[in-house]
Order: sequence, then structure tokens, then C-alpha cells
Amino acid sequence: MITNLSVPPMITEAKLVELFHQMWLIRFFDEKVDEFFAKGMIHGTTHLCVGQEASAAGACAVLEERDKITSTHRGHGHCIAKGADVNRMMAELFGRETGYCRGKGGSMHIADVEKGNLGANGIVGGGIPIAVGSALTSKMKNLGYVTLCFFGDGASNEGSFHEAINLAAVWNLPVVFICENNQYGMSGPVKEMVKIANIADRAAAYGIPGHVVDGNDIFAMMNVTYEAVQRARNGEGPTLIEAKTYRWKGHSKSDAKKYRTREEEMEWRNNRDPIARMKQVLLAAGILSEEEAARIEAKARQEIEEAVLFAESSPMPSLAILEEDVYA
Amino acid sequence: MREITYLEAVREAMCQEMRVNPDVFIMGEDIGVYGGAFGVTRGMIEEFGPERVRNTPISEAAIAGAAVGAAMTGMRPIVEIQFSDFITIATDQIVNQAAKTRYMFGGKGKVPMVLRTPSGSGTGAAAQHSQSLEAWMAHIPGLKVIQPSTAYDAKGLLKAAIDDDNPVIFYEHKLLYRTKGHVPEEPYSLPIGKADIKRQGTDVTIVATAIMVHKALQAAVELEKEGISVEVVDPRTLVPLDIETIVASVKKTGRVVVVHEAVKRGGFGGEIASLIAESEAFDYLDAPIRRLGGKAVPIPYNPILEKAAIPQEQDIIDAVKETVFRR
Repeated sequence: MITNLSVPPMITEAKLVELFHQMWLIRFFDEKVDEFFAKGMIHGTTHLCVGQEASAAGACAVLEERDKITSTHRGHGHCIAKGADVNRMMAELFGRETGYCRGKGGSMHIADVEKGNLGANGIVGGGIPIAVGSALTSKMKNLGYVTLCFFGDGASNEGSFHEAINLAAVWNLPVVFICENNQYGMSGPVKEMVKIANIADRAAAYGIPGHVVDGNDIFAMMNVTYEAVQRARNGEGPTLIEAKTYRWKGHSKSDAKKYRTREEEMEWRNNRDPIARMKQVLLAAGILSEEEAARIEAKARQEIEEAVLFAESSPMPSLAILEEDVYA
Repeated sequence: MREITYLEAVREAMCQEMRVNPDVFIMGEDIGVYGGAFGVTRGMIEEFGPERVRNTPISEAAIAGAAVGAAMTGMRPIVEIQFSDFITIATDQIVNQAAKTRYMFGGKGKVPMVLRTPSGSGTGAAAQHSQSLEAWMAHIPGLKVIQPSTAYDAKGLLKAAIDDDNPVIFYEHKLLYRTKGHVPEEPYSLPIGKADIKRQGTDVTIVATAIMVHKALQAAVELEKEGISVEVVDPRTLVPLDIETIVASVKKTGRVVVVHEAVKRGGFGGEIASLIAESEAFDYLDAPIRRLGGKAVPIPYNPILEKAAIPQEQDIIDAVKETVFRR
């Protein structure tokens, strides 16, 4: 029981330690992927969520096993937070048979349907109506699960966002929309693309609650998501949460980041690092010592190294699978 | 056997499935008390209630996407897109999501959904409500594409589509809705990917889809008076396509005319013609393969122009004669 921190009821001290580890896992995973892309060791493209670990980990922390998520092109963090195995994720990026998609999906299409991850998505805003459909199943079959729908600030300007959120609202569906506002849709600053200060304000247009939250504060993320998930589970309908955050890396692998300043980047890295902030809280609350924190960080780093070994030693898919699974 | 309309056959297939399978439901614009723009769902909300006959906002992307999400999580949704032209607004969800999900995920998950939509010209609704865009969908791996031409085929193929574990695009021709045919009352399923020989003949094969099946059959009656025996093959499903039946017919007749309402350029007839040319039937051809399709124009409003934009019975008769009398 945690008395000196405000957290949702299911969040134990052990869970907090696990989340601290999970955020490191997300960071090291994407930093490793960044390194491999730079070295040309993996091909295609990728979108990294370094700096955004708290919104993924915090939001998924309050979910039950049966709950579902839809994710985005910047989705490695969501996958890990929903319980994906980093070995199979890394293998997918290496295009191996042991990857989540047998090497057919790559970075933008990792899904783990059995674990309730309905997939990352290469189309901006593409997953939002799908999340609404998943919520519809929950309601029609009375299954009681909630669907968390991740998307970015850029997606909030897509028609699919407005159509889907309105549909979810009028049908009162158990879905929670989480807009990870990382300040840029590729190179487009949110301030130039949206004329309101908060994307969460758009909730008013659909008659549902909207909340702005510090997306780099995992505690705030857990609390606001918990409240929205409870509402959804109780049949009170959807909520729109806007998590203000920042991606440390460029949009994808080829990005000179001409659209923003190094000062701005340093401000977010040095003063708003979600992992450093959580660590501070855990130390102050006496939940972790410096040594334990260092041990957890090292463990996460080691797990990613092992994921790389797993991926590298996994077989390539056989050509025989090329035409498999186009149809069920 | 009793006769019902094509429209009633579509409705009956849906109702019979919904009575036995609680996972099947329908959503779309104005499908509730209004009964759908063409009346296909009339009476369904009264029988099944608003939870299973879900009247939606005018949001094609959300409707199609919600169907994808519901299908992935255990439902078997039927979507009615009011006019097939509006597929444009739902295209991302159909083409990038529904069609690719299973493959992208390495064979995990499935998307058992049916998207029903009225297509074709002839109602005076002009360029944005009259198109035949089936070739677009047929181009996308992961989708199945069905174009029934009769009430009997509509009922049996729609049941098969609902029972199929893949996303199926089901094109209903507006002018066929009021046509009648013999349809069994009990549920039955027709195989997706099996062509139907609508008329046997020996001199020339016409491969025709949707409403062109009827125009081809009328043309065949006229041509018979002149001693030309026409075989009419209706593929019924474009994906998968029963090319074997088409090839066998062409081998028998040695001459073929392919006809559809869709614009000829880039139309599915080009695919059928190519497959024939690539097949063993090539050696049996006594004349070049002929293709008939819509003119490369948006469907115009004026009824005379509208009619002239797509192949008519006389065009088919002329094409057949050119093929048959070619030396």
C-alpha cells in the first residue's frame, strides 16, 4: 500500500518498480534501434518514442489483461507497455521468422492480438476507428474490456479522428482516446497546425470529457487514464486525454530536425525526462535506492542486448511464406 | 419455387444469418427506420433492434474502421455504404487496414466483415452516385470482391460472404434491386470463386458482370435469331476469379467478348482478357479478344448521355458479330 503518493488503487510499490524498469526497457529498445538504423544494420524506417516513455507506460499500467490497445507508427513503447516480448519485437525489426509478424510487418505493424494489442499502424489516424470497433465488440458482447487508443497530435487533424471520436461518443463506447502530443507532426509544429492551445479541448465538440496531462509525468498519466478507464468500464463512455510530451529523436530515421532548435530539445531532455522524474519520486518516497535504480537500469540494458542476440541468431523467414496469410 | 427481388434476396440473406448468429450485425447510414437509401434493410431494425441494426452518423471512414475493429475482436459486421462511390471516404480503412491486417501481422487475427454497397449507373444520379469502381477493390490483395447479377446469386453469395473470414466487398447493382428471380426460402451458400454459365452456347463466349449479364442474355436471344449461339459466363466473383470456367468456355467457342459497365480503361475486363490470352485458350482463339466497357467519362446526368456512357445490348450484339464474322 502506498500512502505518500497519489496513484490508482491497483498500483503497488512493486508495480512502480516494474514501471520504472519498463520505461528503461522502452528507452533502450528505441536507442538500440536508432543505433542499428544509423549503422545500416536494419532496413526500412522506424519512428522512435525516446522521451515519450511515460505516456505509454503510465496509460497501460492501469489496464487489465483483457483490455486492448491500438497503437501508432511510433508504437514500440505501447507494445512493450502492453506486455510484448522485446526479443520478438527486435526480431521483427530484423525481419526474422521469430518476429511478431514473421518479418512481414516491421516496425510499423507490430501487433500482439492475443495480448490485446490490435496493432501499430502506418497510417496516421488509421487505428482510431479500429479502436472504436474494438470497443463496440466489448459493448455488444458485454465483455467489459476497455480499449485504449493511442495517436498523435498530427492524427487529431485527420478525418478519421473526428469521425471515430464522434461515433464513440454517440454510441457511448468503452474507449479512451490518448493523444500523445509530442509537439510535431513530422516537421509540422502543433502550434501551426492546430489553432487551439489544447487538443483535449476538441472533446467538447463531441460531448465527452477532455483532459490535458503532463505526459512526461507517469503518475499523472496513470491517474488521469485510470479515471477515464473507470468511466469507460462503467458504461459512461469515452474520454479524450491529451498527453503533452516530446520526442527526443527526429520523426523517422532521416530527419535533420531543421524545424526545431537544439535549445528546445535540451530543455525537454534535461528538465523533463520522464524516467529521471520518476526516479526522483521513487527515491524521495523511499521505494528505490540509488543502487537499486542503477541495477534496474542495467538490467533493462542487458535485456535489450539479449533481444539483439535473439534477433541476430533467429532464422530469416522462408520464401514459402511470401504468399501465405493474404487470406484467412 | 417462389420469386423474390434481388433486394429482398439480399435482405433475406442478412436476416437469416442474423437470426442464427448473434455476432452478425449491420451498420450504415439511414439503415434504421428509414430502411436504407434503397430500402434493403427495411424492417430489419424492427426485428433486430437498434443494437444490431446500427444507424450511424455520416462517417464512412469511422463506419468502415469500426467494422474492422469489431471484426478483429470477434464480431462479423456487415457494413452498408450508401453508394459505392462513397467507398472513397472509407478507402483507408478498407485498403490499408482491413485488407492488410492479417498479412502484416504475420497471419494473426482475421477481419471477417462484409461491405455491401450499391453501384452502377442508370438512376440519373450523375457522376458521384453512379460509378462502378470494383476494379479498385479487385486490385487489392486481401480483399474478396463479389458482383452478383441475380437474386439467387445475391442471396447465396451474401451468405457465403458473411460466413467468410476475410473482408468481402459486395457490389449490388442498383438497377438489379427490383429484378425478380427464383430463390429458395431456406438459407444456402454459393461458393465464392465459382463462375456461373448463365446461358450455354457454342459460337462465342460473352464474359459479363453484374447488369451486363442481363444485357448479354438479351443480346444472345437476338443473336440466336441470326443463327449465332452465345454462351454467357458470369464470373460472379472477381476475387477470387474462376478463370478455369472462362478458359474452358473460350476453348469451346474460340471467340470471346468481355463486357462490364465500369470504365474500360483499367477495368477488370482487361484482367480477364489478359488471363485468357495467357492461358491455353489462346491457341483456340479464332478472333482477337474483344472488350466492352464504359466510356472514359464521369457518368453524365442526361438520360441519353447516361445510357451512351456504358455498353448497351446493341453494342454487345455488334461486338459479337464483329468477333464472329471476322475472317
